[in-house]
Amino acid sequence: MPSDLPVDHNPRHQLITTEAGNSCLQLTGSYTLVSLNPSLPAVARELAQLASQPGLYWDLTNIHQLDYAGAVMLWQIWGEQRPDHLLLRPEQEQMFQRLEKVVSLPEPTQRKWFLPVSLLGQQLLRFFDHLAGMISLSGQIVLDIVYLMTHPSRIPVREISANLYRTGAQALGITAIVGFLIGIVLSYLSSEQLHMLGADIYIVNILGMSIIRELGPMLAAILVAGRSGSAMTAQLGVMRVTEELDALTVMGIPHSLRLVLSKIIGLSLALPLIVLWTSSVALLGGLLAADLQVGLSIRYAVTTLPDAVPIANLWLGLGKGVVCGMAIALIACHFGLRIKPNTESLGEGTTNSVVTSITAVIIIDAIFAVAFSSIGIRVAG
Amino acid sequence: MTTAEPVIEIAGLTTRFGQNVIHENINLTVLKGEVLALVGGSGSGKTTLLRQMLGLITPAQGSVKVFGATHYDCGHEKERELRTRSGVLFQQGALFSALTVFDNIALPMRELRILSETMVRDLVMLKLGMVGVEAQHVHKMPSELSGGMIKRVALARALALDPELLFLDEPTAGLDPALSESFVELIRSLREELALTIVMVTHDLDTLVAISDRVVVLANRSIVALGPIPDIIANGRHPFIKDFFGGARGRNALRIFQQL
Repeated sequence: MPSDLPVDHNPRHQLITTEAGNSCLQLTGSYTLVSLNPSLPAVARELAQLASQPGLYWDLTNIHQLDYAGAVMLWQIWGEQRPDHLLLRPEQEQMFQRLEKVVSLPEPTQRKWFLPVSLLGQQLLRFFDHLAGMISLSGQIVLDIVYLMTHPSRIPVREISANLYRTGAQALGITAIVGFLIGIVLSYLSSEQLHMLGADIYIVNILGMSIIRELGPMLAAILVAGRSGSAMTAQLGVMRVTEELDALTVMGIPHSLRLVLSKIIGLSLALPLIVLWTSSVALLGGLLAADLQVGLSIRYAVTTLPDAVPIANLWLGLGKGVVCGMAIALIACHFGLRIKPNTESLGEGTTNSVVTSITAVIIIDAIFAVAFSSIGIRVAG
Repeated sequence: MTTAEPVIEIAGLTTRFGQNVIHENINLTVLKGEVLALVGGSGSGKTTLLRQMLGLITPAQGSVKVFGATHYDCGHEKERELRTRSGVLFQQGALFSALTVFDNIALPMRELRILSETMVRDLVMLKLGMVGVEAQHVHKMPSELSGGMIKRVALARALALDPELLFLDEPTAGLDPALSESFVELIRSLREELALTIVMVTHDLDTLVAISDRVVVLANRSIVALGPIPDIIANGRHPFIKDFFGGARGRNALRIFQQL
């Protein structure tokens, strides 16, 4: 109905009595999502009240514009069926014919029974599944290493070097800041206590032992697990999503060798170096704080350090670095290769990877502590 | 048939990415009820022009008005109204991979916060019926769907809010000939039923011939031809037009056109 007058788009209705004496509900204006926003619930309530009248005529022919949102609203007011008396325009007739044909939503096929027992079972199965995957990935890596020994020209030198740079050189800043601050805190707290006992000079023993043997390697490994582990998982995951992994496979480039092995070698070289760096900076921070706090000169501290801390502790720390580096890279790659091509799986995989590798780092530390409990520690008496 | 009411008005549009000028002084009007196709060689800025109309890129100069308002400075309420009145079918579907088919289509409806869950359910099933997706696929995840099915579900999502204006980015790319023919047929029937205005980017001559009323040819940063296909072929001087419509594939598609 084209007219020069501006059209009133608001949804309106009026109850009239026809010549035959029937009450008739005339709808005018527009019944579209735009015109019904935000008044839809109110309009629906009003119309539903009127709809309860028996023998009511519905006249939709004067509606300026009706879309499916409006049609579904009326349809539900009518109880998903046509009212007995309904006047429609041909195009509206078509819309309601479509609505009559709408099939109901099928029930989800799998019912989710979150029984604690089955949940526990699923968790356990998933754990064994991951364990099996991790073992087969490490087996593949061993096979790759054997292959590379016989074909040295195939060693992915560029990838290893790139990984060394990304996981090693680029992590120097953050590990230095964290190490330095932890060193200061440790020294500050323990020097106060030692000062009370008059045993100031033992600050060197405490700092040296704890940082070189425990804190340095652990700080470095946890930071790298969070920083590089997540990056590795996300990289492999995105490569899965964009089918880059498949592209490598069809080019005859095995991704266990080019992507996984290079990451493991890269990180197992980088992490001991980062451990060395973190330990040194933490020691420096600790000794500086001790100098300021109790006036222990740095020169004295450095000269007594070799006597206070046996060299075996340094090797132990570096050894932890190598093992943790391998574990972090292996776990990161394992979770990365398992990511399914959707965004949720990517997030979940990265989270799992970081949580698992930090847990693994702490477990490795505990194993080292038990296995090497008699090495590098002087027992009094 | 078409009233002269403009839906999109582009005036003096210039798009720049750094030093790279994509469009220079483009003027274009899309009228209510028409199907306008954007064609052009790779890198001629078709998709960029589409993204300008969607408000995903802000113009360096000039203005892009959709339903009489610009996306970037029309205020929150108006912006929401614009979004309600237009739907987009992205090239890869852009379905949310973490949501099921049902939830993908229900998302824009639920976002309005005025529809009850029973209305949403009926509307989703209605839209899926329109695009020919059977009820058995409703609870699947997008990763379990075939390419053609993804396009259909994405189209259903684009139609979720009963838009007046529909944007299609390469609607038939990646579909086999039979599928793309049925998809074009689907778009044509929906267009008539829902009185849609459609702006589409396409490379596919068959699609172009089948549904477009007017064609915009983009080349050298500007519009080199604009009009119905026969006019463009008759009057087009630009080498791209000759290559595009005059090549073997072009002639094949146009033969069908002449038979109509």
